[in-house]
Amino acid sequence: MLLRHTPKEINERRALTINPAKTCQPIGAMYAALGVHGCLPHSHGSQGCCAYHRSALTRHYKEPISAGTSSFTEGASVFGGQANLLQAIDNMFTVYEPEVVAVHTTCLSETIGDDLPQIIDKAGKDGKIPAGKHVIYANTPSYVGSHVTGFSNMVKGMARMAESGGHKNGKVNVIPGWVEPADMEEIKRLAGLIGVGIILFPDTSGILNGPLSGEFKMFPEGGVTIEQLKSAGDSIGTLALGEWCSADAARYLDTNNKVPCRVLDIPIGLKATDRFVDALRIIAGVSVPEEVTHERGQLVDMISDMHQYFYHKTVALAGDPDQLIALTEFLVSIDMWPIHIVSGTPGKAFVGRIKELTADLPCQVNVKSDRNADMFLLHQWIKQQPVDLLIGNSYLKYISRDEDIPLVRWGFPILDRVGHQYFPTVGYKGGLRLLEKILTAILDRKDRDDTEQAFELVM
Amino acid sequence: MPAKNSKLARPTPARLKEEILKKYPPKVARKRAKQILINEALENDTPEITANVRTIPGIITMRGCTYAGCKGVIMGPTRDIVNITHGPIGCGFYSWLTRRNQTDASAPDAHNYMTYCFSTDMQDKDIIFGGEKKLEQAIQEAYDLFHPKGIAIFATCPVGLIGDDIHAVAAKMKRKLGDCNVFAFSCEGYKGVSQSAGHHIANNQVFRHLVGQNDEPKPGEYKISLLGEYNIGGDGFEIDRILKKCGITNIATFSGNSSYDQFASAHTADLNAVMCHRSINYVADMLEIKFGIPWVKVNFIGAEATSKSLRKIAQYFGERKLIDRVEEVIAEELPPVKAVAEEVRPRTEGKTAMLFVGGSRAHHYQELFKELGMQTISAGYEFAHRDDYEGRHVLPNLQVDADSRNIEEIEVHPDESRHNPRKSEAEMTELTEAGLKFKEYDGMIPDMNPGAMVIDDLNQYEAEKMVEMLKPDIFCAGIKEKFSIQKLGIPMKQLHSYDSGGPYAGFRGAVNFYHEIDRLVNSRVWGYMKAPWQENPELSATYVWE
Repeated sequence: MLLRHTPKEINERRALTINPAKTCQPIGAMYAALGVHGCLPHSHGSQGCCAYHRSALTRHYKEPISAGTSSFTEGASVFGGQANLLQAIDNMFTVYEPEVVAVHTTCLSETIGDDLPQIIDKAGKDGKIPAGKHVIYANTPSYVGSHVTGFSNMVKGMARMAESGGHKNGKVNVIPGWVEPADMEEIKRLAGLIGVGIILFPDTSGILNGPLSGEFKMFPEGGVTIEQLKSAGDSIGTLALGEWCSADAARYLDTNNKVPCRVLDIPIGLKATDRFVDALRIIAGVSVPEEVTHERGQLVDMISDMHQYFYHKTVALAGDPDQLIALTEFLVSIDMWPIHIVSGTPGKAFVGRIKELTADLPCQVNVKSDRNADMFLLHQWIKQQPVDLLIGNSYLKYISRDEDIPLVRWGFPILDRVGHQYFPTVGYKGGLRLLEKILTAILDRKDRDDTEQAFELVM
Repeated sequence: MPAKNSKLARPTPARLKEEILKKYPPKVARKRAKQILINEALENDTPEITANVRTIPGIITMRGCTYAGCKGVIMGPTRDIVNITHGPIGCGFYSWLTRRNQTDASAPDAHNYMTYCFSTDMQDKDIIFGGEKKLEQAIQEAYDLFHPKGIAIFATCPVGLIGDDIHAVAAKMKRKLGDCNVFAFSCEGYKGVSQSAGHHIANNQVFRHLVGQNDEPKPGEYKISLLGEYNIGGDGFEIDRILKKCGITNIATFSGNSSYDQFASAHTADLNAVMCHRSINYVADMLEIKFGIPWVKVNFIGAEATSKSLRKIAQYFGERKLIDRVEEVIAEELPPVKAVAEEVRPRTEGKTAMLFVGGSRAHHYQELFKELGMQTISAGYEFAHRDDYEGRHVLPNLQVDADSRNIEEIEVHPDESRHNPRKSEAEMTELTEAGLKFKEYDGMIPDMNPGAMVIDDLNQYEAEKMVEMLKPDIFCAGIKEKFSIQKLGIPMKQLHSYDSGGPYAGFRGAVNFYHEIDRLVNSRVWGYMKAPWQENPELSATYVWE
């Protein structure tokens, strides 16, 4: 047993987090920044932060992740990191020639109180930011929130670029949340089909699911451009997909640029996608094209075809709030029972939403968020009440093996499989993919466990 | 397919260096110039390189931090100590199972905490009011849940800044718990200039709090400890297999597949064999001074190097039985390895490699490439010091700068009751005269070809330039470098975590490596970079139908 020391009995822990269902803010800021065209993320802290984030993102996306670091030493930690950041900005624009540098802080630079806007302002005045180039920033103290908070903070940093020129641009801002590059591509495709011009930010499609062609482009074609971000202040409105990842930036645009916003769930599953499509249609005043309705019908068809295998199967989930809310709704909508749910990301509304979505299930649902909601607790819940399926990141494979429960890898990070960067799980098409994965996991297990008499060709 | 001769198109090393430096701002160029060395024959000396100095802010380095070196590298592979990261959640999360050190916890009562991530998950109120109380509580909770033999505490950046006294907390909890050894590491990420500082901080505490705790003699003959072997991909298992076959007893590995008890008994070994010179040579020195155990440098990467290392160990013990047994084992193990090398070699001969990794691997792995007939045209370390490049003779002249001064050097004296020179002075002299070199390591540079480029702390921009201009057949570094290199159409092999492969140490490991390199440099995928219409863009007049 790989998690042999996890007891079934639950004793409350006040200080010790074990097997977290979250990580720290800066990695979220780094991922978000990669969704800006020509952007080099920069970690203002020790080298290790940057190395860890680059490694984790590389292992998940299987793509080059370039990012700079202020390489703090003991001296910088005592006297402040201004000199390091100024030198870093100068070096990055000289050596790597990005369009944008996106600086985020770390627990180190936050604890010593480095003032990013002041240092960036000084970099500008000292001529270290070449004409036409930009430095955006986000404060991402690791001891507040989680990687999701860091993502949200950097997206808000992007929103700060928005300008209001007085003329509406006829576009809708869409903030997709921390989803895969393929999901971002799918959101653009859906909006395109419906005929709505959108500004998607961040947009990592084309950057973190790029081709292999014998050329290394440090700054590939994709990503939201600074021009687009500027123009976001003149959009008709903003659709924020996910309260935790995207709402702050949307509300910022509302307050500062008078761009109204609406917070929707990430369009994962039938109902959340319906709401997203419906919102786009109403905003743009168009009818939904037959092609989209056709895709929706295909998803309904698959739910109906496979319903016998999904029906009343119990599931345990670990991940991030926006994703888990949408996923829980999807699972309930196909008559599965998500009964153990943890997210290490704080936010009281999460538990409320999950309870609401699972209110009519005839079984007890364990749900917890914040720092005490870790995979150790999830495992203990599972030991008390076993489930048929696990959905979450690669770390769940240890519970999966010990408890002999199939696992669908979904979320961040996935360190031991590929495909997630290429195949969306948002939208109707993404729903098909998710259902296929769930069904395969359940039926592979059935095939493994069935007796010879019960083993069947046709299922 | 004959191996290509890419030498013809290669620019001279001097031009290459110039080309690399010209993009940098002047200050950066001056600094990097000292860390980029062309291996030239000097009269009596190895050329001098600058190493173990700060990375320049904004330069995309391969390096990590002190915490990574301490918690991740040195203490990571120890299975039965509960490692609690004191800090915000990230550091603990990223060092959770990401290094591929394998462990054998199959014994029925074995503890294994490597699959767990323990953290105090500090919040803003802990940063403001201090985290000592929370740390105490976390230690108590870990103890109540697991009753481990040891609990180790690792400091992250903010801990040092807010002044939490983790050593005092550890001492207090050790007294309170009674049957659990609690100790702490001040391995804040900002200390030192790379992981190397973290190795040192870790090893000091292992030496102080674990080594020498158990004087009970362990059974077995020819007792050694293996220092600086981390069991990535099962390397340590293969080395242990070979040692066992030779009748050599491995008392403790620092720290692959290690356990609390191994460290506690490490001082009962009669020889220390040092694999990774960088991360642990000072522990070998301390063990010699305090307990009288001599050390030799070994290398189990490469079949020939493995044989050589086994012979060294046998020569040290000097008993005919062992010497003969080692020869028998080599005679049995080596021919099948050579047969695989012979089979693979026509497809690898004459190809070129670049290695930028670690503090020893970029040297050790050149052996394996040599066995495949491949030439290492450029190499460098991520976090090594000058002695790893130029040899230990430079040690007395190493400059101690502000960054290295911050890293504690333990002053060690002979242990009053337990210091026991394993060999008399006369015996040591005799062995030395017979060619066995103690405390000696000549470093990477003397083993490299003239004209080879040796680059310390290589960064992403330099890597790309080197690959573009020298077009190696394979590039070796870590996960962060993997895909930017492969986008260029050059296969990249991770030599920190071995991608998903291994073991590569010892005899069986060599076979694995030969096959892996064969696979990588000859994969069909590198021929698919261009679509047919990109290779022949002109449209012919008509399509030829059947």
